[in-house]
Amino acid sequence: MNKTHEELLKTSVTRLEEIAISDPRTKERSSWDCVLLSRQQGRPGAATYIDLICDEFMELHGDRTYGDDPAMIGGIGTIGGRAITFIGNRKGMNLRENIERNYGMSNPEGYRKALRLAKQAEKFGRPVVCFIDTPGAFPGLGAEERGIGEAIARNLKEFSTLKVPVLSFIIGEGGSGGALGIGVGDKLYMLENAVYSVITPEGFASILLRDPSRAQEAAEAMKMTARDLKRFNIIHDIIPEVPEGAHKDPLFTANAIKETILKDLDVLCAKPAANLVRYRIRKIRGIGEFEGSEAWWTTLMEVFKLTVDLR
Amino acid sequence: MHKAENCPACHRQVSDDVLKKYQMVCPECGFHHRLDAAQRIEQIADAGSFKEFSAELCSKNPIELDGYAEKLRQNQKQSSMNEAVVTGTCTIEGLGAVLAVMSFDFMGGSMGSVVGEKITQAMFQGALSDSPVIIFTASGGARMQEGIFSLMQMAKTASAAALLEQTGVPLFIVLTHPTTGGVTASFAMLGDVIIAEPGALIGFAGPRVIEGTIGQKLPEGFQKSEFQLKKGFVDAIVPRDKLRTQLSFLMRTHVGVKHEQDA
Repeated sequence: MNKTHEELLKTSVTRLEEIAISDPRTKERSSWDCVLLSRQQGRPGAATYIDLICDEFMELHGDRTYGDDPAMIGGIGTIGGRAITFIGNRKGMNLRENIERNYGMSNPEGYRKALRLAKQAEKFGRPVVCFIDTPGAFPGLGAEERGIGEAIARNLKEFSTLKVPVLSFIIGEGGSGGALGIGVGDKLYMLENAVYSVITPEGFASILLRDPSRAQEAAEAMKMTARDLKRFNIIHDIIPEVPEGAHKDPLFTANAIKETILKDLDVLCAKPAANLVRYRIRKIRGIGEFEGSEAWWTTLMEVFKLTVDLR
Repeated sequence: MHKAENCPACHRQVSDDVLKKYQMVCPECGFHHRLDAAQRIEQIADAGSFKEFSAELCSKNPIELDGYAEKLRQNQKQSSMNEAVVTGTCTIEGLGAVLAVMSFDFMGGSMGSVVGEKITQAMFQGALSDSPVIIFTASGGARMQEGIFSLMQMAKTASAAALLEQTGVPLFIVLTHPTTGGVTASFAMLGDVIIAEPGALIGFAGPRVIEGTIGQKLPEGFQKSEFQLKKGFVDAIVPRDKLRTQLSFLMRTHVGVKHEQDA
């Protein structure tokens, strides 16, 4: 029994209304409810949090190569006199903005802008904070022509060795490589109702379950909630939202994010750059579940010794 | 046994023996048939020089997905491979290299924890032994069955490439048909030199996904090697019969760049 797209949409809207009046403190939210909440129209985005967290903020545009991607926001903000580079996916808060910002799906120039700003931050010793909220990178003609794969790959590589602290927050949807493209750093956090996965539940359902209408089932199977990822040791911690969800009280979540940023930066900014990068790489290098592992730590130390910056 | 098959490109009949003689390239039209890892190693490495490492690594079922364990076993049986990549050391025209070969026949060459780990180990092996790392890619992308763990292999392999770069040891990538998704968006695009076989599909999003986005058919040749060369994302297209000599050329021209160590 294939549900039509419209039927699914109607069920989703009804479900969101139910979530709105239910008391989530009584029981854990399902993965699908998190998927719906993370995508909800009006959920605070990167721009909202930047606005609420920073004393001042100046947006910086463009990748200096091709153009400026409105689906990616970047710039310099200050918190209590401390300068921080902010980078984030930007979906927009209403339909008009959604269209303008391509629903937060970046083209290569978005990732290249992010990298440009990260390298700029590195040059001037500023830490970087990333806000992730995207269904994924844009699967369009131009994106492929301009090397979306290369753009993401380069970001993964460059962010993994960036010599300033990098904090990433998944504030809504963390969709696949498009999310990871600004998601490599020292610390990774998820908001309570955010999701992070290798593919959308709809994509997973249509490819592996051979039925796109089984997205709800896919969401549970994929283990994509903040709780799941904390248990897997992929994220460092969960940032709380008010019971109804972040849209009900953006300031509450913004304050929690701000507190986390300040606490982390106090520690991370005091570390020598080489230590920071070595620790970051060690964390990334350790991710994976398989049989027959070797003592990789000693090998990694040997490789560090062969480098100029990390020995 | 003289089986004959129709070439999928020119539809002419070519016998298996002839195909083998031409390294699985159609002698009529130049179509490059897909190779499995064993065939590729045989074509690239000096005879008998390949020594596999990390062969014992085996996938688990990290998100406890129904059916994944069976799927793995099934693929292991069919392909007689443990996983979607084979890694080892070899010589090519007498020069030492670390070689990693992906095989699309094993779960679409998808990258899960084991593939990510083996690629990482291969790069580190190259760094430690000061031998160029050569990776043949063939992949549909991240292995969805491993959930977030597969996504993270993109970061892991890319950070390994970052480290390899800092040791001054070269990374050569050979993109073969097809290379898409999370492999394209990680180590496959991070080579010091990136070669492609002719006619290979190379991209991030798959053609059907893009067609779904734009609501129309893609132009002829979109995302093929020749397209990627024109757009500036690969250094050279090298036909199969020239691969060995071109790789050995690159190996010979990328020596002596190792960073000086402090005394």
